[in-house]
Amino acid sequence: MFNFSRRARENMWAYLFIGPQMIGLTLFIIGPIIFAFAISFTEWDIGSTPTWLGLENYTRQLSDSVFWKVVRNTSFFALINIPLTMIGSLIIALMLNQNIKGKVILRTAYFMPVVTSSVAVALVWTWMYNPDFGLINSSLGLIGIEGPGWLSSLKWALPSIAFMTIWQGIGYNMILFLAGLQGISKQLYEAAVIDGANGWQKFWKITFPLLSPTIFFVLVMLLISSFQIFNEPYMMTKGGPADASNVFVLHIYDKAFQFFKMGEASAIAFILFIIILVFTLLQFKFSKWVNYDA
Amino acid sequence: MPSMTLGRSKRSDTQENGKRVRQYFMKGFIYIVLITGALIMLVPFIWMISTSLKGQGAVFEYPPRLIPNPFEFENYRKAWSALPFALAYWNSLKITGLVTIGTLISCSMAGYAFAKINFVGKNFLFVVLLATMMIPGQITLIPMFMLFKEIGWVNTHLPLIIPPILTNAFGVFLLRQFMSTFPTELEDAARIDGLNTWQIYWKIVLPNCKPALAALGIFTFMANWNNFLAPLIYLNDESKFTIPLIIASFQGLYTTDWTVLMAASAISLIPVLIIYLFAQRYFIEGITLSGLKG
Repeated sequence: MFNFSRRARENMWAYLFIGPQMIGLTLFIIGPIIFAFAISFTEWDIGSTPTWLGLENYTRQLSDSVFWKVVRNTSFFALINIPLTMIGSLIIALMLNQNIKGKVILRTAYFMPVVTSSVAVALVWTWMYNPDFGLINSSLGLIGIEGPGWLSSLKWALPSIAFMTIWQGIGYNMILFLAGLQGISKQLYEAAVIDGANGWQKFWKITFPLLSPTIFFVLVMLLISSFQIFNEPYMMTKGGPADASNVFVLHIYDKAFQFFKMGEASAIAFILFIIILVFTLLQFKFSKWVNYDA
Repeated sequence: MPSMTLGRSKRSDTQENGKRVRQYFMKGFIYIVLITGALIMLVPFIWMISTSLKGQGAVFEYPPRLIPNPFEFENYRKAWSALPFALAYWNSLKITGLVTIGTLISCSMAGYAFAKINFVGKNFLFVVLLATMMIPGQITLIPMFMLFKEIGWVNTHLPLIIPPILTNAFGVFLLRQFMSTFPTELEDAARIDGLNTWQIYWKIVLPNCKPALAALGIFTFMANWNNFLAPLIYLNDESKFTIPLIIASFQGLYTTDWTVLMAASAISLIPVLIIYLFAQRYFIEGITLSGLKG
């Protein structure tokens, strides 16, 4: 009927194929971002008309003690979660990569927490952390140690949540490391042994450089997920006691859906975005140690 | 001459022995660490099942018993009938199933266009798409809530189905990378046979993408099955709740009745764990594939 050129036909097909994702991108990402940016400069309780505030939603945070607590808590959480998950999963992967028996069973066990819903698992851990009858304090009691109140303790609430997150995250990163390790040629290690290298030298001279792209990938993903933690603190502490385990997304959720301060919540969400963006860019800037050539 | 050979072989014998002893120690150490770690991974599940089978008073026993005596199945009946569990399963299955199928279609279509068709604005649109992966969902959450409130989607499953299908930049990226490696000859031959672009995509390209589709399918399924924040915000009616929401409302209902709470957790986790045990190969291959491409 119509005699389009081949080029025009190709364009038409392409737009048809990318159409659904592009519509979604416009309606559910780009549009909402512009909207969120706009309302972050207003005071808007749901149902009322927004009033212009200028930068106040942002500047108010600087003198808000809860906001700073949230920043400190989220950073502290990341500082526990990132290195421990990283080192834990790397050690397990290195060990599973040896010539040992029962590999499949061990791998199955390590990966098990990954597939489970964090909401249900958080409930199980809340019970394990129960100060009086939970498994952890009961076990500590048997060896004569009186355990702390864990989730109800100002000092331990956040580390307790972090331990559970590490428990759930190790399996996933272990699989990524295992895949990276399997890509390293056995001959390199054999050659190193002939040259008289010990295990430590083999790790730092061969394994680490060749695994560095995976390590970098895991680092970037862990940072992003640490700053976006929500389900676990929501289920286990609701941010308490006294905001001791309050984190960014929980704070945004409270502001928006408990107090209906949509403008201020949007401003805090943008601050979170900028923090994640800056850290991610910094990671890329200081990524000279990552070796992509091999 | 003979004595020299003898001496040398003797020396290397003791060296060999020393090396073997060291290796045995090393192996033993590895097994101890790996098995201890694997037990730590399993303990919360064992503790969950153990508690769920105990009578009311038995959880306050000290020291806690691992194997309940007597077995109490009443908790499961209580948990199952207290809240609409069966309905929640159906809701979760429906939402997750639709999102997974929709995502596979929309992402593979866009991935095909970006990998194989030349069109105006291709590079620009691809970069925009990738940039959206950096944006945390918390920013778009508030405007999306306002939008869906406006068009009457709140308290329906639509906000949990439509946006995830249409905004999966990761999926597009994964499939585009996978399809880029296909030889063009395959498509050229199909075009000579008179297939149009849609038929080539559907009959030639998709069947060759099975590993990548399986990986993306498993990710999408897991992420949406465990999704908590969005259902928490959008759903009010118990009859519309998903599994994680039901678990969270259980916590509000039975704050200290740990036997029933653990039975509820077990009901929500056990089917997923069984599927995982049978299909774990696909879970692990999926992560490996995405990790290497990402």
